[in-house]
Amino acid sequence: MEQWARFLEINAPRILELTLDHALLVSLAIVVALLIGVPLGIYLTTNEYLAGTVLQVASVTLTIPSLALFGIMIPIFSLINKGIGFLPAFVALVLYSQLPIIRNTYTAIKNVNPEMRDAAIGMGMKTHQRLLRVEIPNAMPVIMAGIRTAVVLNIGIAVIAAYIGAGGLGVLITQGISRGDNYLIISGSLAVALLAIIADGLLLLIQKRFTTKAVVE
Amino acid sequence: MITFNQVTKKYSSEKTAVKDVDFTVDEGKIVVLLGPSGCGKTTLLRMVNRLESITEGSIVIDNENSMDLDAIELRRKIGYVIQSNGLFPNMTIEENVMIVTDLLGWNKKKKKERFNYLMKLIGLDPKIYGKRYPHELSGGQQQRIGVVRALAADPPVMLMDEPFGALDPIIREKIQDEFLQIQREVKKTILFVSHDIDEAIKMADKIMLLRDGEIMQYDTPSKMLSHPENEFVNQFFGKDRAIKSLSLHTVRNLQEVIGLAEMDESIYDTKTINVNQDLRNTLSMLLNQEADQVIVTNDQDEKIGSITIDLVQKYLHYEIKGKMSVSQEG
Ligand SMILES: Nc1ncnc2c1ncn2[C@@H]1O[C@H](COP(=O)(O)OP(=O)(O)OP(=O)(O)O)[C@@H](O)[C@H]1O
Ligand SMILES: [Mg+2]
Repeated sequence: MEQWARFLEINAPRILELTLDHALLVSLAIVVALLIGVPLGIYLTTNEYLAGTVLQVASVTLTIPSLALFGIMIPIFSLINKGIGFLPAFVALVLYSQLPIIRNTYTAIKNVNPEMRDAAIGMGMKTHQRLLRVEIPNAMPVIMAGIRTAVVLNIGIAVIAAYIGAGGLGVLITQGISRGDNYLIISGSLAVALLAIIADGLLLLIQKRFTTKAVVE
Repeated sequence: MITFNQVTKKYSSEKTAVKDVDFTVDEGKIVVLLGPSGCGKTTLLRMVNRLESITEGSIVIDNENSMDLDAIELRRKIGYVIQSNGLFPNMTIEENVMIVTDLLGWNKKKKKERFNYLMKLIGLDPKIYGKRYPHELSGGQQQRIGVVRALAADPPVMLMDEPFGALDPIIREKIQDEFLQIQREVKKTILFVSHDIDEAIKMADKIMLLRDGEIMQYDTPSKMLSHPENEFVNQFFGKDRAIKSLSLHTVRNLQEVIGLAEMDESIYDTKTINVNQDLRNTLSMLLNQEADQVIVTNDQDEKIGSITIDLVQKYLHYEIKGKMSVSQEG
């Protein structure tokens, strides 16, 4: 215990800083992933043909081991002299979040009660009116579930970003491993877990706040 | 007015859901589409607001070919009610009801007035129910909201696909009565799908009986019951079609033809029914022996006589059976 106290006394500021780095990297990646994935998922509901292809490609992305994906980024981004650091890690994370976000958005909207969709069309709603007024609001819980999955996934995977020099909590863990320092490994891992739990809880709150009770049920 | 001109619907080259259907729904009338499951009722209905395409033929609504209109505009001029009411759970009752008026760009004041009027029609307080969400209403209330939502923009034409099918019998009858009351006021041209014979007899100005996408008979309920044009119609309405047809007659009809019985003042256990009650309900009341004597009251609530099973039987014999076509009996 005493040793932990001493460890934290020395390392707390650094842990905090790395946690913030980690959170920043993930947040930016998620925001960009959302800006791409949600509209794409929504669009795909109106284009069956494209939907199959895109969902397949996104699925494949997720099967690439995370270490490998980060590795692939290095030669690609070396072309613009940014082979290591924030940018390749950021791009890898954006790619990783696409599947849960696109797929959940797509299936959420597709799974909205067909009778509800029928009623909307039968009343004379145009496609965008139907999406905005009926389908998206009623698909919100599932879309949010996809976003939460992506966030938690990314917080974990972003640990690997340390290997390509993008900072974050992975730094503590990789250092801990190479130095055989359990304190570093444990504190790094705990911080990652804590960050994931807090982020998930926060998103759940947002989700509850912005969906009516009826839709959640 | 809705006119079907030789309308055919093929879902694929083998699957013909509607075959050469040719009929007219007159202005302000209710036509009930009736027939066994899969006979094409829903398909027929959904071709009117172009939720299904028409393979051959045309549908003309108030002198305009439905294909000449923009689908979106066409749909906004047609009220549409479905069995599961299709209310949007993310919207309040008021938002749900006012959707079409909203799409049409009505102003706030006009919408509010309309909403209050509509809620009055179905006897729900707009202040209390307006802000609720669909799941906070009973099934019957939801279904009524579904109906007034279709009425919101005052469309001349209404399409109703088993609108009361999901309700229990008691609530269903109440809502049917209520709807007929509303219809007397709004006089819409209505296509109404049902697979309930009693509902069809009650609601319809005319019934269309379908089989495998083809019209078997298109007639008034009483004609349908008394003069089935073929064996299918005869079978469909069943052996008890005479009893069914009783719901088309009231105690008043009976009184006019054969008169009521005297009241027996000495009988203590009595029940009263109104002279406008239909004979089918009257008969079941008599058969249930709910009282020793059933007394008939007129519109002023005055007792004008009593009614017995014998009287109903006599009326049935002379008025209904006598007029049924003999060749179809058995
Ligand atoms: N989208 C579709 N594709 C192919 N066939 C269809 C489609 N919709 C309906 N059908 C077929 O067309 C026929 C008529 O269907 P429809 O839904 O109009 O029947 P219905 O009279 O409304 O039946 P129910 O009383 O069960 O609602 C049925 O045989 C049905 O299987
Ligand atoms: Mg149907």
